[in-house]
Amino acid sequence: MIKIENVSKFFGEKRALNNISLTIPDGETLAIIGGSGSGKSTLLRLMIGLIKPTSGKIFIDDDDISNFTEEQMTKVRLKMGMVFQYSALFDSMTVGENVAFGLVEHSNLPREEINRIVKEKLAQVGLPDVENLMPNELSGGMKKRVSLARAIAFGPKIIFYDEPSSGLDPVTTNRIDELIISTQKALNVTSIVVTHDMVSACRIANRIAMVYNGDLIAVDTVENFKKIDDKRVKEFFRVI
Amino acid sequence: MLTHFLEIIGGFIIRRCEDFGKIALVYIETIKQLRHKPRFRHVIAQMAHLGADSLLIVTSTLLFTGIVFTLQTAHEFIRFGAESTVGGVVSIAIGRELGPVLVGVVCAGRVGAAITAEISTMKVTEQIDALKVMAVSPVDYLIVPRMLACMIVVPILTIFGDVIGVVGGYLVAVHYSGISEYVFMQSIQTFAVTLDLTGGLIKASFFGNVIAVLGCYYGLHCPDGAEGVGIATTKTVVSSIIVIFILNAVLTFIIW
Repeated sequence: MIKIENVSKFFGEKRALNNISLTIPDGETLAIIGGSGSGKSTLLRLMIGLIKPTSGKIFIDDDDISNFTEEQMTKVRLKMGMVFQYSALFDSMTVGENVAFGLVEHSNLPREEINRIVKEKLAQVGLPDVENLMPNELSGGMKKRVSLARAIAFGPKIIFYDEPSSGLDPVTTNRIDELIISTQKALNVTSIVVTHDMVSACRIANRIAMVYNGDLIAVDTVENFKKIDDKRVKEFFRVI
Repeated sequence: MLTHFLEIIGGFIIRRCEDFGKIALVYIETIKQLRHKPRFRHVIAQMAHLGADSLLIVTSTLLFTGIVFTLQTAHEFIRFGAESTVGGVVSIAIGRELGPVLVGVVCAGRVGAAITAEISTMKVTEQIDALKVMAVSPVDYLIVPRMLACMIVVPILTIFGDVIGVVGGYLVAVHYSGISEYVFMQSIQTFAVTLDLTGGLIKASFFGNVIAVLGCYYGLHCPDGAEGVGIATTKTVVSSIIVIFILNAVLTFIIW
């Protein structure tokens, strides 16, 4: 479970998030929506521990990570996987080495077993036989899928997605959405998806949270969210 | 007017102090990570990448420095009848100062810039964040292997550069200035001592350390965007060269 208690974040004088409280139970898929610069990516980075809150607490299971050192965060991050906006594949490694990275670093599995898991995860995201390619030989959609294969290779409990459909065509977006849904079902992971794509959010999420100018203005199930009588929420839904 | 001027100076000093503090923290974190088993495969890969690629520029720098240094000194020494000291002066100058300092400066430009460009590109493309999310310390994974590699490679390049520099001096002294080969070699044996070489290598090891840590620091703290990569690379080269010169003076006081 992820629990955020009264979290605020300032960058110098600029307020990015204002007194946010949110609980995400195990196994849920939560979509965090909001316009550009609204603070949704900041919220994601706080949950991963890449930045520290100015005030408030963030719990991952029972650990309050808000004041954790990098060394303490290492243990917590073994529960996490992340699909980055621009994939963030290691460009000096092959696709196979990228997917195997977490296993090589944190497990004592023999090389053959790691290779088997890499093939299995790549097949799971619909990319068999690409392990010897370099990331720059892949399309944007393929990179996202490799990034997902890398994120799930170590068996995380929580997967974070930062703008998974950003820059992709509708067909590929649809495929990524299906992968997010199937991964959630297959692994029963908690998924947090930051997106400004309302169609995707409605398709993949159990609940939607909306961040507006640093404030969390609404959190509800997809059906209830559509009925919220708030100008800022309705404006976002109007584009569907 | 005076207040504004003092504000500028004060701001500059505060920023430099902040940088110094941050670099010290990175350095302490790097030393702490040394308690883990080093990634030998990465160290060797970095040595091959950073060291072998610098051979050509080290060769040309030290060869021509040896040639020019001997051209300038041999003529004057011969005028005063001191040709029997030319070999010793050249080898001591190269072994103690010119070898380590010039290799350090060349490596700051070649190796430091390469380290910063690589790491800052990784930062801009979120690969550093990906390392963190995958519970891998960027200090352990990126800085430690580069620091160890530079601490080994820069002294090796210095030995190589020393030899090339003395060869350059030998070529000019013997084939241009008319000093006999025996006198030149005898001069080296008479005047040069082991500390001239080992002292230079100790310096080179410190320079390698500085180049790697500053290169990684500016890479990890580069501003966003392509322009940020350029700014970080320039900062690495300039800072490394300044620190190398200051460190060289300090180490010279300590060693000799």
